[in-house]
Amino acid sequence: MQVSVKYFASLRELMGEASSVVDIEENSSVSKLWQSIIESKHIEFDNVMMAVNMEYVKSEHQLKSGDEVAFFPPVTGG
Amino acid sequence: MLIELRKESFNAYQEMQSYLDSLELAGKYGATASFVGTMRDFNEDKKVTFMTLEHYPGMTEKHLETIAKEAIEKWNLLDLIILHRIGKVKIGEDIVLVAAWSAHRKDAFESCRAIMEQLKSGAPFWKKEETSSGAKWVEKNTSGF
Repeated sequence: MQVSVKYFASLRELMGEASSVVDIEENSSVSKLWQSIIESKHIEFDNVMMAVNMEYVKSEHQLKSGDEVAFFPPVTGG
Repeated sequence: MLIELRKESFNAYQEMQSYLDSLELAGKYGATASFVGTMRDFNEDKKVTFMTLEHYPGMTEKHLETIAKEAIEKWNLLDLIILHRIGKVKIGEDIVLVAAWSAHRKDAFESCRAIMEQLKSGAPFWKKEETSSGAKWVEKNTSGF
């Protein structure tokens, strides 16, 4: 299945792209997607935050085809 | 309830007054509490010249609305503003305004503080500061408690 992935702030710069479409096995968790991305990009990134369809999720959250997944560093607004 | 992200600079006190003037709250509210966050020219011993605020279009607005709606229910607020800058912010400009109106001070005080802390810890914004030693992403927010 395919999901769209967005990156923000320092992670976007590290990835060299703001978004991509990623192929992943059915019923994968969001952490599995994250692992596959950082392995394919050969990067390390601590304290990543994860959202699916614009809501925060836990790392074991199961993805569905067409989900919008976002990875980003700790937030620093206000 | 006013939830807004704004690219242009604003004066928090004028925003608060003009929003209040647009409401029909006279006689109903007895307490106003507000927090205004303003752009400094230093951070962690470094001189800062300006900063850029990135956000996640769609999720940021949604997250702020959730915080606001929960606060209105929990603290019995009459009305509320959350106004936040995005884009390039200069020294001395206001970054964020949270204002809460209620019948009694406890609700206004407590909600304003809680909204601000929730915004700092969860709303998807990221600051990149231009400092004397180059551009730098702010790594994390510290707790205000």
